[in-house]
Amino acid sequence: MTSMQAQRRPDKEKLRWMYSQMVLIRTFEERVQQDYMSGKLVGAIHVYVGEEAVAVGVCGQLRKDDYVTSTHRGHGHCIAKGLDLRRMMAELYGKVDGQCRGKGGSMHLCDLERGMLGANGIVSAGLPLACGAALSANLRHTDQVAVAFLGDGASNAGAFHESLNLAAVLKLPVVFVLENNGYADATHIRYAARVTNLADRAAGYGIPGVTVDGMDVLAVHEAAGEAVARARSMRTPTLLECKTYRYYGHYVGDAGQYRSKEEVEAYRQKDCISQLEQRLLQEGILSEGTRREYREQATEAVEDAVRFAQNSPIPGPEVGLEDVYVRY
Amino acid sequence: MANLSIRDALNQAMTEEMARDPMVFLMGEEVGAYNGAYKVSKGMLAQFGPQRVYDTPITEGGFAGLGIGAAMTGLRPIIEMMTFNFALQAIDQIVNNAAKMHLMSGGQFCIPIVFRGPNGAAHMLAAQHSQSFESFYAQVPGLKVVTYSDAKDAKGLLKTAIRDDDPVIFLESEMTYGQQGDVPDGEYTIPLGVGEVKRPGTDVTIIAWSKLVGQLALPAAEELAKMGIQAEVVDPRTIKPLDEELIFDSVRKTNRVVIVEENFKFCGVGSEISERIYNRCFDDLDAPVERVTSHDVPMPYAHSLESAVLPNVGRVIEAVKKVLYV
Ligand SMILES: Cc1ncc(C[n+]2csc(CCOP(=O)(O)OP(=O)(O)O)c2C)c(N)n1
Ligand SMILES: [Mg+2]
Repeated sequence: MTSMQAQRRPDKEKLRWMYSQMVLIRTFEERVQQDYMSGKLVGAIHVYVGEEAVAVGVCGQLRKDDYVTSTHRGHGHCIAKGLDLRRMMAELYGKVDGQCRGKGGSMHLCDLERGMLGANGIVSAGLPLACGAALSANLRHTDQVAVAFLGDGASNAGAFHESLNLAAVLKLPVVFVLENNGYADATHIRYAARVTNLADRAAGYGIPGVTVDGMDVLAVHEAAGEAVARARSMRTPTLLECKTYRYYGHYVGDAGQYRSKEEVEAYRQKDCISQLEQRLLQEGILSEGTRREYREQATEAVEDAVRFAQNSPIPGPEVGLEDVYVRY
Repeated sequence: MANLSIRDALNQAMTEEMARDPMVFLMGEEVGAYNGAYKVSKGMLAQFGPQRVYDTPITEGGFAGLGIGAAMTGLRPIIEMMTFNFALQAIDQIVNNAAKMHLMSGGQFCIPIVFRGPNGAAHMLAAQHSQSFESFYAQVPGLKVVTYSDAKDAKGLLKTAIRDDDPVIFLESEMTYGQQGDVPDGEYTIPLGVGEVKRPGTDVTIIAWSKLVGQLALPAAEELAKMGIQAEVVDPRTIKPLDEELIFDSVRKTNRVVIVEENFKFCGVGSEISERIYNRCFDDLDAPVERVTSHDVPMPYAHSLESAVLPNVGRVIEAVKKVLYV
């Protein structure tokens, strides 16, 4: 990105990329959900369906060499950051060709090559890592930035507050992207916090806090553009809250009885993919034909990833004892 | 040879490594402008500037995690804990991120980081400021645990720890920062996993590390010598990796063992060492292994009570007599 203007108005190519990425994430997650329910996948899996606009809007502003720390709900961030679908799926299947040789699983997907510093099984534990990656960029005199994705639940943990303060005090190029989907497990954020906009907490640390509609990928993209530009050139942090919603339970298998069907339906009406699709069709950036093409491509890519994962060997017992130390 | 305090030896180790490698930096509470809570980092801010020596707010979980993130992206952080008691605030980052990241990532990320600072009791600081943590960290796969008992080892081992590609818990003691010792001139390092016999002997092996070598093991050996008992003092230096061969060699020679540590007795480092001795040197033993440890209580404040809880020279001598049946 060369100017703020360019960041604000994504060109046609960028818009199509956003659309295809959101569709890809949704297709991947629906498939993961399905394979879990039919017993092909096990473990703890948290899907991102409904929240695609956040990962795509934000990562649409990042370079390959920028850093991202993710959460237990990290598949969307990984896909938007460009991770290989085959190796992601193989990791979920616990296979040797997985991104982490079958030793990380859904909650530890990561990719050194693409600056993905890892999903994280500990709520809020990724935030300090993002601060460190940002400091690392500063010390190495690069203009890389770091993004820490986190949930509303994580914003009540100590590491959130420590990280915002550290980023402010040490002037670190970090964008904290708070995915407020209303719930941490079964607990509504209205119960767990006394502020309406969690971005207001930024004021307590003397950094900018912004709240946007996380179901609107263009709004996310624009706000992320400003935050990333600030990080890139001024080397200062931002808290960006994206109000969003997860369509399924907290984890695959959670019936989600703590919320009403009406509530879920109301959010589905504002679906981030449908919104962008309507707009791109109206503006002629997408046609019926290309729309179908993107969807078919996504389905084929996910099918291919599943085939790859299923054909990949399971790791032998010796693999489990490796990678404890670099040298011992 | 130069005669240096342990404080200066540690300072030299950090200073030399930071001069050698621009990716090394120091971070912690009061390490910069104040020159360190115990003055270990004296002069380093002035020499390297604020891009290499960072003062932090009181936020152990935050800066421990920050260090790990920096280590994942090419730097070699030295994270000073004002004391390791406060590192409990950062235990999630140390255990869940630093120790596990290499394996969880399938070997993609390595975490070349050193967490260093004082460990164990000082003097009448009470329960929350007096705990020993060697056994605590040694229990975690993915961490290395390093101690030293003199200035030479302090410098050589810290330099190695900084160059190591795995996370290292480097345990110091505020009681011995002023302890003087001979330090070789010029560049040297000491490998992890290699211990040293601090005093040769033939009748009994006393295994000790960290400040207890100088405070208990060597003075006890002197006392014992007056009684005609020649104790060999073995300092493994690094708890993990552990130089078990050095220990076994000594046991095969003396056939009697006393393990001295400041940790709680339950699941202490000595539990692991004795298990290995039983396993590998069973037929060489003329008596069961004796352990001298802190008692299993949170440290009480009063001097009389603190002294009663901590291991002391008298208890070491008693244990030696017990394994010698005298
Ligand atoms: C420190 C910690 N406490 C509890 C958990 C269990 N847990 C996993 S996800 C989760 C809820 C997180 O909510 P939020 O941060 O809002 O993220 P979301 O699931 O909504 O994406 C909890 C409590 C955990 N993994 N880590
Ligand atoms: Mg949530």
